[in-house]
Amino acid sequence: MKSYSWLILFLLGSLVVFAAAPLIGGHGVSLESILRPDPEDPAGTIFWDIRLPRVCLAWIAGAGLAMAGMAFQSLFRNALATPFTLGVSSGASLGAAVGVRLGWGAALFGLSGVSVGAMGGALLAIAIVYGLTRLKRDCTTSAMLLAGVAVNFFFSSLILLLQYTADFYDTFRILRWLMGGLQMVGFEAPLRTLPFVGAGGLLLAVLVGELNLLSVGEELAASRGVAVARTKTVLFLAVSCMVGAVVSVCGPVGFVGLMCPHICRLIVGPDHRRLLPATILFGGAFLVASDTVARTVFAPTELPVGIFTSFLGGPFFLWLLLRGPKSS
Amino acid sequence: MSEPALEIESLSLSIRGQSILSDVSARIGAGETWSIIGANGAGKSTLLKCLMRIHTGWTGHVRLHGQSVADLSQRELARRIAYVPQPGGDQRFPYTVREFVRMGRFAWSGPFGTAHPGDADAIESAMKRADVEVFSDRALGTLSGGERQKVFIAAALAQGSDMLMLDEPTAFLDYRHQAEVAEIVHALNVENGATILSVTHDVNAAMLTGGHALALRGGEVVWTGPTGELACERILGLIFGATFRFLDDPVTGLRLVAPQGARTPS
Repeated sequence: MKSYSWLILFLLGSLVVFAAAPLIGGHGVSLESILRPDPEDPAGTIFWDIRLPRVCLAWIAGAGLAMAGMAFQSLFRNALATPFTLGVSSGASLGAAVGVRLGWGAALFGLSGVSVGAMGGALLAIAIVYGLTRLKRDCTTSAMLLAGVAVNFFFSSLILLLQYTADFYDTFRILRWLMGGLQMVGFEAPLRTLPFVGAGGLLLAVLVGELNLLSVGEELAASRGVAVARTKTVLFLAVSCMVGAVVSVCGPVGFVGLMCPHICRLIVGPDHRRLLPATILFGGAFLVASDTVARTVFAPTELPVGIFTSFLGGPFFLWLLLRGPKSS
Repeated sequence: MSEPALEIESLSLSIRGQSILSDVSARIGAGETWSIIGANGAGKSTLLKCLMRIHTGWTGHVRLHGQSVADLSQRELARRIAYVPQPGGDQRFPYTVREFVRMGRFAWSGPFGTAHPGDADAIESAMKRADVEVFSDRALGTLSGGERQKVFIAAALAQGSDMLMLDEPTAFLDYRHQAEVAEIVHALNVENGATILSVTHDVNAAMLTGGHALALRGGEVVWTGPTGELACERILGLIFGATFRFLDDPVTGLRLVAPQGARTPS
C-alpha cells in the first residue's frame, strides 16, 4: 500500500478513536443525552465536562510527545532517543515539582509557574545530555542513553529530595502527578497545552526538509544547505518547550515518544514529509486509546495512563535495543 | 588560467589551539579538475569541509566567482557547490535511494519541504547519470559500498551546482566501482564543464584524473602544479615523507608510482 494511502487510514483511524473514546466508560452515554443534556441525567455533564476534554487533552499530549520523540530521534540519529530516555521528561518533572513545592502560583506571560518550571527543566535536561554527547564527540546509542540515564538519576534524586522535604499534601500531589495522568475537568488544560503543541507541530512541519537531512548526518545536512547549528538550536528549544508544556499538565507519560514514531516509520518510511503527519495522528490516537483502556480496565478504579504506557513501552524499548545494530 | 571559480586566500583553521590548516591559498579556474593530495591527517578533508562551511571558525578569504562565501547563506552555498562525503558511515533510518537523492534538492525547496519546479527532472537525470536507477526503490543501507557511493554522487548531482567537491571518492571501492565513479566525475567535467575538487591520497588516481594538484602536508600547501609532474621523487618525498619506485605505463605514457619505503629521500 502506498504511504499516502496509509496517511488517509491514519487520519480515519485517529478520527474514529477520537470520536469513540468519550462514549466508552463506566457510565453509559447515549447520543440523545449528549445532544439534549438533561439536568436529571449526569450523562451530558460526563460527556461534555469530563470525557471530551480528557480525550482532547490525551490527543494533544499524545501528538506532542510523539512529535517530540520523532524530532529527538532525527536530531540524535537514533531510534532510542525520546523525551523519556533522554531525561527531558524527568527534567520537566523536576521543574514542575519545584513549582509545586515552592507554590509558584504566579503566572508568567499567562503560563503557570509549574509550566514555566517544567519547560525550564526540560531545556536544562536536553542541554546537559546534548552537551555531554558533544563533549565526548560521541553520539552512539550507549553514550546517549548513559547520559540520559545519568540525567534521569540526578533529577529523580532531586525530586525525591523535594518530596522528602515537602508536607504530606504536596508529597502526594507530586507523587500522583509523577505517575502521569489525564484526570481533569473542563477545557482549561487542553487549551493551555494546545498552543505549544500546535506551534511545535507547525515549526516541525516547516522544517521537514531539515529534519530529513539532519537524520542522515550533520555534515551532509550542512553541505546540502542546512544551517545546522541554528536549526538544531531552534528545534531543541521548541521541542523542549513542547515537552515541558505537556509534562506540566499530564506528568511524565512515558514511551509515547518512543513507540509512536518508530511504528509510523515502519509503516510510512523515514521521510518526514509523511512521517510527521503520521506521527501526529498516530500519537494522538495512541494516547487516547491508552487512556481509555487505563480508565476502564479496572473500572471503577482509574489507572494513571503513564503506568499503562510504561507497561507497553518497557518491552518495546528492550525489543528495539535487542534488534541489533540497525537500531543503534 | 581560466576565470577563477574559487579563490582561497590565506585560509587557516585552529581547533583547541592546534593548527589544522595554515595559510592555504589557491586559485581554481572554472571547469578545472583539481586533486587535493596528501598523507593521512594532512588536512585535505578539513579543507573541503571549511570550503563547504561544514567547519566554521576558520580565518582567511574564500571567494566563489568573485563573491565572498561569507556573504552567502548555507542554502546559496549549496546551490553552487555540491559535496560528496567520504564513503562509509552507517545510515540509521531506511531512506530509499530516490528519497536520498531527492534530499540533494534541499537548497532549492521551500518551507514544508515543498518541491521546486526543476526537482523531478534534476532527480531523474542525476540518478540516470550516476547509474543508480535500477536500485532507486531500495533502502540505502542494503546497498554495497560501491553502489552507495554512486548514490551519494547522484544526490550531489541533483544539487544542480557547477562545482563538485569529493572527499576520497574511491577509497574502499573495488576496481570496477573505482572506474565507474571516476568515469561519472570525468563526464561531468567534460560534458557540463563542472569544476571538480577531489581529495585523495592516491597519487596514481590523481595523475590518471589529470588536471591540477594541490599538495598538503601538516595543514600547509607544500606543492601546487599539474598532476603529471607529481611523479618525481623530490615532490612525493615532500608530500608523503616516503620513497617511491616509478613504473612507466605503456598505455597512457604516464609514470605511475609505487611506495617503496618510509624514509624521506635526502
